[in-house]
Amino acid sequence: MPIQTIKHPSRWLATVCVLALTPTLALADGRGDYAREQGWDSPVPDMRTGMLLFDRLEYAAGDDEDSVDWEFQAWYGGDINRLVIEGEGEHVVSGGDGGEIESLDLLYGRLISPYWSVQAGVGYQLEYGPGPDHDRGFAVLGLEGLAPYWFEIDTKLRVSEDGDASVDFEAEYDMRLTQRLVLQPRAGTSVAFQEVEEFGVGQGVNHVKAGLRLRYEIQREFAPYVGVSWKKQLGDTADLAREEGHDTDDLRLVAGVRMWF
Amino acid sequence: MSTSDILTGDGLSRRRFLRNVTSMSVLAALYGTSGLLPAWAWPRTGNLEAGKRVEGDTDIFDLTIDRTPMPIDGKDARPITVNGTVPAPLIRLKEGRDVRIRVTNNLDEDTSIHWHGILLPFEMDGVPGVTFPGIKPGETFEYRYPVRQSGTYWYHSHSGLQEQEGHYGPLIVDPAEPEPYDYDRDYVVMLSDWTFEDPHAVFRKLKVAEGYYNYQKRTIKDLLEDIKAKGWEQTMRERAMWGEMRMSSRDLLDVTGSTYTYLVNGRSPADNWTGLFRPGEKVRLRVINGSAMTFFDVRIPGLKMTVVQADGQNVEPVPVDEFRVGVAETYDVIVEPTEDRAYTIFAEAMDRSGYAAATLATREGERAEIPKRRPMPERGMESMGMDHGGMDMGDDEMSGDMDGGDEMASGSSDPHAGHDMSGGDQAMNGDDSGGMNMGEDEGYEWPLAGREISHGHDDHGPGAAMVASDPQNRMGDPGIGLESTEDHKVLVYDDLRALALWPDQREPEREVELHLTGNMERYMWSFDGKKFSEVDGPIRFKHNERLRLILVNDTMMDHPIHLHGMWMELENRHGKYRPRKHTLSLKPGEMLSAQITPEHKGDWAFHCHLLYHMDAGMFRVVSVA
Repeated sequence: MPIQTIKHPSRWLATVCVLALTPTLALADGRGDYAREQGWDSPVPDMRTGMLLFDRLEYAAGDDEDSVDWEFQAWYGGDINRLVIEGEGEHVVSGGDGGEIESLDLLYGRLISPYWSVQAGVGYQLEYGPGPDHDRGFAVLGLEGLAPYWFEIDTKLRVSEDGDASVDFEAEYDMRLTQRLVLQPRAGTSVAFQEVEEFGVGQGVNHVKAGLRLRYEIQREFAPYVGVSWKKQLGDTADLAREEGHDTDDLRLVAGVRMWF
Repeated sequence: MSTSDILTGDGLSRRRFLRNVTSMSVLAALYGTSGLLPAWAWPRTGNLEAGKRVEGDTDIFDLTIDRTPMPIDGKDARPITVNGTVPAPLIRLKEGRDVRIRVTNNLDEDTSIHWHGILLPFEMDGVPGVTFPGIKPGETFEYRYPVRQSGTYWYHSHSGLQEQEGHYGPLIVDPAEPEPYDYDRDYVVMLSDWTFEDPHAVFRKLKVAEGYYNYQKRTIKDLLEDIKAKGWEQTMRERAMWGEMRMSSRDLLDVTGSTYTYLVNGRSPADNWTGLFRPGEKVRLRVINGSAMTFFDVRIPGLKMTVVQADGQNVEPVPVDEFRVGVAETYDVIVEPTEDRAYTIFAEAMDRSGYAAATLATREGERAEIPKRRPMPERGMESMGMDHGGMDMGDDEMSGDMDGGDEMASGSSDPHAGHDMSGGDQAMNGDDSGGMNMGEDEGYEWPLAGREISHGHDDHGPGAAMVASDPQNRMGDPGIGLESTEDHKVLVYDDLRALALWPDQREPEREVELHLTGNMERYMWSFDGKKFSEVDGPIRFKHNERLRLILVNDTMMDHPIHLHGMWMELENRHGKYRPRKHTLSLKPGEMLSAQITPEHKGDWAFHCHLLYHMDAGMFRVVSVA
């Protein structure tokens, strides 16, 4: 059971999170001597807040099968330290069965420079139906932020409970056509250092994927979109897919909504 | 509303007002009793003055803080009111007398009143967590202090985000000596920004979604227009600079007209506050920017305005056509309408996303045309606070191209502005002050010329998205979106010249340098990259020392920096005749300095007066001991 193998990292993570989210032990702040003597609270206490963002929640129609794809990020914390839960996956709704939670990560994030935060934590992957479920746990190390020219970058290094390592990379960009109409190209890839046959992962570059979505921000919080997403499996991964009788090339039309709370 | 509040509907000046005792009692009788006045905002004409009792040398006021349902811009609202109104009633004090103001809190949360710009014993300054514990629900707190200055000021809550909810009002101190200018009518023009949203929701949106309220961002259309106007190469080079810095050239105000309704004396443009006059009269307008987040550009088409006070302090009169008033700043202007017609007092938000408007008219109900809003200006390289040569961009090339973009009001985009004290722009701004003898005072040299700026070993850390490597003197620059020309004079800080020398003329013994820093992505605002929660203890000033405070703006935003409890004598080009201010607005990439004598012991707040910047941590305590 993966649960057992990730127990240890999760305990470590829990400790870090508790430390991160504990208000700084009000020893040092900008209060004057008088306020300290009187025991008054800070005039401008730090704000802690959170957000739940569904970056993608979409119906994806392909040649062979249709699926509901999802990607979300939830965070809570202050400006520097945050607790992050994020994940993505797909659930086949026609032309097949089953689906996948590609990743579901629980992370501690820390802002290390104005635009970049590092993340560390644990992750989980599950492939379900048809056939037996497979799942595994990871230790995850991430770097997330805004690169020059406003590219949103998300990279993760994952080491599975069996010691298999891989790197994911994703970039997206918001191109504003009008004040509410936004064209968002995105691209991603995944590189594995070992073959993991159970999950159809070959050594080397597994796949490249690209997407283009056009959203309309009815509100900043609620933006329906349409678009295309494309994924091509490469190298050993492609071979594994072909062996199982799958296409290595997958183009889908998507329609969905980006929303946050 | 307290039954003793007085309506000064005709704005007659104090002297004339006192002569007209009869009319005053009539007014008091007419409006002094509740019932006749609508339970909302201020009257359409004139100002609403708080009633007072006199006991010997002391004036006594009673104020109650409530949440009061009332319409704002015709829609239901539930602002925080003082004596039932938004803005709070005008408090009128007299220099040389003492005052007692009893404030009763009827809210279900703590509140406070800070007397903005008034020097007083620090326990009376009204900043919870710094000078007193705040006023608990149901409690009454009595402020007592001697009034030893005069001019136009204001008062507001210093608790949480209450200022955004209507808790602000004007405060005037009439001078003991006659004023050096004449006027027949006297009106407060209090500008503010109102939102029907909960301010905490506004703050959260700023925190989690950068640029949430900005509906004037650059689009593909702007890019194409730029390419057409400036060519591919130049456009790409400019975009590359902004792109590399991950900064927006269109980020002027964080909270915009997309949520704000802009008010004059509590009234929207549709509700049209009106100041009455008779042709030929001199009308004094006391313009107070009591907004939470909005810089306003104020003009009265058809009228020249003569600036006579800045932050309550007399200055050499400057005739202008327009002035920018930063949050918490005040300017008193005198206008002389000679025609029997209406004039629009037009206060455009700096980002052009909306406006406040009111009317000067000879009778109620008249109004003049409301000017068209100008296009949103775009920031140029000057806001980066860097040496243009060093960016591999010839100055000539840049300024030529910035002016070439005809779809933007590019006046402020001149990268030379403030670059060099003896530069052409500087001289033009200075000499164009309506023929007054306002030349640079003899032997003056900018004390910060050639100053080496240090941003610390880590460029202020994660809390600062940028640093100004070569901050400039921008006191001659009217600011983004404004251009001072021969036909349209816009006030600049370099125009402000004190009428008289301030008492302390010692040279500064030491310098304190602070940098204004921020990280827009996470809405972090701070000094020197450290939020209030991240610094260790207060900034320490010695009682009665003479020091120079140097402020460097390392951000892309304009910030109004307010120091409680002591004057900041701005070191502009007028040498010893430094204008003194309680709030100094800094443009992006700007560096300026002020001389200070901390006369009053105690702990004083020092902060950016943009409400959400302050609350995000752009706040320090200055301890004077």
